[in-house]
Amino acid sequence: MFRSLINKLIPVQSCGFHTTSCLNEVQLLTRLRVVDNSEIGKRAMAEGKPPKVICVYNKKRVGYIGDRVLVAIKGQKKKGILVGLKQTQKVKVPKFDSNNVVLIDDNGTPLGTRIHVPIPTILRTILKEKTHAKGADYTKLLGIATRFV
Amino acid sequence: MSLVIRKSTVEILCAAKWIFRRDCRLLSTLPEKTEIVVDEKERIPGRKTRSYNPILENRHVYPEFLPDPNPNWRNSLREKMERADMLKRRSQIDIPEFYVGSILAVTISDPHAQGKTNRFVGICIERKGCGLRAEFTLRNVVDHQGIEVRYELYDPTIQSIQVLRLEKRLDDKLLYLRDALPEYCTFPLDMDPEILPEGTPVPINPVQVKLKPRPWLERWERQELKGVSNIEEHLKEKDRVRRELRKTPWEKYDLMKNYRKTIPAEEQSEIWNEVYNQLQQMRVSRKKMSRKRTVTTPKTQLA
Repeated sequence: MFRSLINKLIPVQSCGFHTTSCLNEVQLLTRLRVVDNSEIGKRAMAEGKPPKVICVYNKKRVGYIGDRVLVAIKGQKKKGILVGLKQTQKVKVPKFDSNNVVLIDDNGTPLGTRIHVPIPTILRTILKEKTHAKGADYTKLLGIATRFV
Repeated sequence: MSLVIRKSTVEILCAAKWIFRRDCRLLSTLPEKTEIVVDEKERIPGRKTRSYNPILENRHVYPEFLPDPNPNWRNSLREKMERADMLKRRSQIDIPEFYVGSILAVTISDPHAQGKTNRFVGICIERKGCGLRAEFTLRNVVDHQGIEVRYELYDPTIQSIQVLRLEKRLDDKLLYLRDALPEYCTFPLDMDPEILPEGTPVPINPVQVKLKPRPWLERWERQELKGVSNIEEHLKEKDRVRRELRKTPWEKYDLMKNYRKTIPAEEQSEIWNEVYNQLQQMRVSRKKMSRKRTVTTPKTQLA
């Protein structure tokens, strides 16, 4: 009886680890959601096998909005651009309920012809900065977006 | 002898508690807005005994004018300057009265697309921060994709804030809408504003949302939410036991905790006396302007 009373008084002590909410970072082996209408992306999402990140092309190896990633999708390696994150964002940048990716090829041309979710407008600036004159042109992705938030 | 002393101290403590509780109720800035309304309705006959200060009611309408009660972060000069800046910004742009649960439309000028604006409609799920750092979060489901945008209230790039539906909900934070079925936070982007007749109190929407099955983002069952209907369906026996163990029913009697969370009445009335006149003037002039506009627009149409 006495012990149960003590247990009731000090219930918190039994839990030795801290339980804060997770950061939802995009890193190695994170599952993403393909939001364009490319054939491979549509089939992968329909089969319930969403792509996994196998590389994030930046120094930190943590994907932020507008970063280029290499994904494993249906046994193939494809490149993609992160267009929406679950993570807490800066002021005025939208935070999405899922980690969204748009598949591109090496030149930056999207594989699909349409994106069926809204795209953050900050990508206009970010993708413009990432595009080099003779390298890949990532701003083509903005042309197939349907809506900006 | 010692017994008598003890008894008397206990009595004094009880009296102090009683007074304090009343005071704290009166002063709490953030939560239990709904409770306060209920209390007042119940206590209408005995209301004359309590000193009812209308100027303190501003704490619900303009919560960001009150500083953070944490004494480490207080600085009277900074607070005063921030208040002056806020009033200056409010003279430029109409920041309406809104609460958590109201549906807002925010238009900002878009620095990423030159010369264009960006409009977002959503339900306000959280309001926090004080002073110039006050911010609010809007949530909406667009094209079956849940989106949240955080805005600063005094951001100079905001062009207009429009309240489409002014109402409150049962809870003071609606973060559980992230785990609710999407129809509870889906609002059309071209929603028409609903105008309340003047002088009516802000309605409380008693809607109770249904949560999706687990996993959830937080342990909603431990937060004593009033706006969720089906939380018990998804719980296991283990969760119920743990919820009982983690309960803190003594916290509402913790006077010091309550006191540290709020700004005392003397300080509040000082702040409100400083800003109230200007706020009231702005409100009156805005009303006049809107009336003029409603009169003039049909004339121009006729001409």
